[in-house]
Order: sequence, then structure tokens, then C-alpha cells
Amino acid sequence: MDLTQALEIASATDPGMVRSHNEDSVAADPANGLVVLADGMGGYNAGEVASGMATTVIVTEMQQALSRARPYDLDPKTSQPVAARLVREQVLKANTSIYQAAQSQPQYAGMGTTLVVCLFYDNRVLVAHLGDSRLYRLRDGSFTQVTRDHSLLQEQIDSGLITAEQAKHAQHKNLVTRALGIDPSVDPEMREYPTRPGDIYLLCSDGLNDMVEDEDIGMAVETLGANLPLAAQQLVQMANDNGGRDNVSVILVRVLREYPAARGMMARMFAWLK
Amino acid sequence: MAKLILSMDGLVLKEIPLTKERTTIGRKPHNDIQIDNLAVSGEHAVIVTILNDSFLEDLGSTNGTVVNGNPIKKHFLQNNDVIELGKYKLKFVGEAAPAAGAEKADFEKTMVLRPSAMRAAAEQARAMAAAGGGQGAASAQRAAAAQAAGAGAAAAGVADKDAKAPAAAPAAAPAAPPRPAQPLGAIQLLSGANAGKELELTKPLTTLGKPGVQVAVLTRRPQGYFITHVEGANRPVVNGQQIGAAPTALKDHDVIELAGVKMEFFLKG
Repeated sequence: MDLTQALEIASATDPGMVRSHNEDSVAADPANGLVVLADGMGGYNAGEVASGMATTVIVTEMQQALSRARPYDLDPKTSQPVAARLVREQVLKANTSIYQAAQSQPQYAGMGTTLVVCLFYDNRVLVAHLGDSRLYRLRDGSFTQVTRDHSLLQEQIDSGLITAEQAKHAQHKNLVTRALGIDPSVDPEMREYPTRPGDIYLLCSDGLNDMVEDEDIGMAVETLGANLPLAAQQLVQMANDNGGRDNVSVILVRVLREYPAARGMMARMFAWLK
Repeated sequence: MAKLILSMDGLVLKEIPLTKERTTIGRKPHNDIQIDNLAVSGEHAVIVTILNDSFLEDLGSTNGTVVNGNPIKKHFLQNNDVIELGKYKLKFVGEAAPAAGAEKADFEKTMVLRPSAMRAAAEQARAMAAAGGGQGAASAQRAAAAQAAGAGAAAAGVADKDAKAPAAAPAAAPAAPPRPAQPLGAIQLLSGANAGKELELTKPLTTLGKPGVQVAVLTRRPQGYFITHVEGANRPVVNGQQIGAAPTALKDHDVIELAGVKMEFFLKG
């Protein structure tokens, strides 16, 4: 099922004001309702290699997987949609590719990347994430953070050691507790949420949310929601105006209309004719 | 970068930057800091530096290591701590000392903290807390957390972004640095039902126009105010000229036409 008519996608990525190159990577496959954002880590150009591998492997492998199975098909064993399994498998493939490259080539040793993957299907969004890149959602004027960072800071907030306000001034914002390509195995956090027409989803690297307050990000997405490419550019610009100390990347996805899965024979035929 | 200032009888002998992860102190020549004095053991002590934190450990020296008058086995060095080795004094000047003109650590770089490193850190914290040594458990915890970060780095589990943060940038500043002082802009409507009405542009973004017909956004940036077309078939007109797709800078007393309404942009002193 082609989702190009149901979703509008815009993205922007920028090295920022301080760094010489961009280690972030963004990719989208509008027809399959798939968007991927990765923020690479590692010396020389290894960060770019890791994030580039993550987005490329996941998008191409997911295309392959979706040509064989539909995300809303039910798994005979669990009677759950296969989407989660498909996404997890592709994330693990990307992990293996990056890990093996890092092991076999000394210049890539220790490289890794954060990851946010969103697969839109059947009026839902499946989110897989690792590290401190985030997904936000704007719905009915309220802008909320959907993912919870895998970072030392977040763990400290969760355990009540520090408050969210103290966290803004903490020194170790940069320590992530999960990442892609660092270990032979990885456990992406997977969640599923129902979507509604009018929702706007924002995937971003920490270069945005470290530089711009959530409130201002939400305002930009809401006021410029009518023009997604402009909103994406505006978010990058806001991060850069505030110092742009890190690479900054955003992907915006607007749900234009319902996109229920065409399950029955007739429905499938109808969807095909549309 | 932290450093040590070696002195004897109040006379500064040299400054030693702590560039290495392990800086050894002792009488024998293979030490990083050699102090040729019989009161100093061959391998006297070691300073382990991880990120911004330095730890001093006595290596079972004959005469012991004294910090700020207290004998120590292990010590988390704080700014201006004085290490005494016989007649020699080593003053520790930490990262934060402005006099050091030190380069700030790159807190922007993202690093992975591995669970194994975390466990090691927890054990370390317990060991240090148990050891006591005149040091509170809290500082041991903090030290261990920092060591965890460093241990992760050492284990190549950490990948860092190689570009450096600027030395001037505050290491852990809140998201938005204060906006530089800039005159406040405002819009006064010149035509339409609300002619004469004034709107101050205090927010970073202000949208104008009619949704679905024609909308523009005025952005407040450090460089000044800009107008950008958001939606609608026609773009806004500034001083009689239709603007392009890119943001257009606004000057004092520019006249904007949008969705059939004329308005003037001006700067308040």
C-alpha cells in the first residue's frame, strides 16, 4: 500500500555552526511510510559511516522485507502484526553491518550511532529507537516527547537523582546507554502508537533539542505546520542561531488522512484501483 | 586541561599539564614526574585523569602521600589541592580555574556508556566507599561515575565526535544562550478593520495572515527580523516587491502587504 498520499514528509540536516562535518544521516521511504534518523559517533569520518550505514541498510532492507510481507499481516505465532518483527530484524541487520565494519577496519573502530525509525502503517506508527535522538508529536496543539532517551541523564531523572530542570545544566548530556553498532547484539526499544490525521511527528538529533527549548520547537512546528519544508529549515536555523554546537537533523511527518490497512480481498482491490 | 605546579619552599619549579591518562610520580627516572629526593619513593604515586577528573593514588610509598595535610591512599583531586611529597609540593589546578586558560572539555560529543563500564564503576564506588580514607561516599560515587565514562572510552566502547566544541562555549550551558540585545520589532496595521493596531514581535516566530489563504511568518533572529512565505498562492509584498522563497530581512519602516492588509514594520528603540 502506497502511503505517499497519506503522509507528507520533509527533512533537513546541517553540520551546525561549529563542527566541520555532518555525522547525522536522514532517510525516508514515503511509499512504505518509513523514516529513519541516525546520529553517528566515532573519530574521523566513522560517525558519518555508521549513521549512513544505519539509514541505508534499514531503508533498503525494509523495502525488501515489505515486498515479501505486509506490516499489518498477523504473525501466526503471536497473532500480532509482523511490523515490529520486520523493523527489529532490519535494525539488527544494520547493527551487525556496523559492528562488523568497526571490527574489521581499524579506522572505524568504536563507531556507532543513535537511531530513530518510524514505520507508519494501518493508522499507526511503530517507533524503534536507540540513544538520545528523539521523536516528538504535535497533536491538537500539544507538543509532546514520545521517545525516552537512552542516556545516563534520563536514567538519573527516572531514578529521582536529579530533576528535569537540573538536567538542563548537567555536564554529561552526551552519554548514551544504548547505541547501534557498538555491541554484537542490540535491543532497540519498540513502541506503537495510533496516529490521527493532522498529527505532525518530528524526529530529531540531539543537536536540535540541546540547542532549542522544547517549547520553542513545538511553537515552530505548530506555526509553520502548513509548510513542512520551511518548518524543517526553521528548526535547523533556530538551533544554529542558538549556537549550533552539534550537527542538527530533523524529519517532519504529517498525517494527511487515514491509512487503514486494506485487509479484505475487495478492500485490497479497491486500494489498488485508487 | 588540569595541571600540577611543582614547587619547593614556595619556589615554583615547573608546571606539568596532565595530558596522559596515567601520570606517575616518583624518584626513578622513568616516572612522568621525577622528583629526585630521598624522601620520595621510586614509584611513589600515580594520578589517573579521566575526562575532567583526576585521582591521586599512593603506590605504597615509604613516606606516604599527603594532600592538604592529610595522609591519603586514594584521593579525588579538587582544584587547589596541595600534594606534599617530602619537601616538595604539587598544587593541582583543575579544569575550571580561569587562570589556567584551560580548554573546556568537549561535552557536546556523544559517547556510549556501556553497561559493563557501569558495573565496574559501581564496584569501584563500593570499594572506595568501604575504604573510607576520609573521603565521603558521595565523592566516591561521583568519581566512579566519571571513571565509568573514562573506562568506557578506554574500552573503545566510546565513540566520540571528533570536532571540538569552542573553548569559549560554556561546557554545559542550558539550551538557549541569552539572545544578544537587539531592538524589539513591531507591526502596525495600516489598512483593514484593525488599522492602527500594533503588535509587538516578542516571540521567535509570529505568523500573520489568513490560514488557507495567505500566511507569512516573521522570525526574530540574532541578526534581526525576517519575513518568510508559509502558505498561499501569492507571496507577501515588501515595499512593493513580492518576496522570494528565501527569508527576507526586514528593515525599519518596511511596508508589508499580506492577504490584502497593509502593515508597517518598525523597530522600537
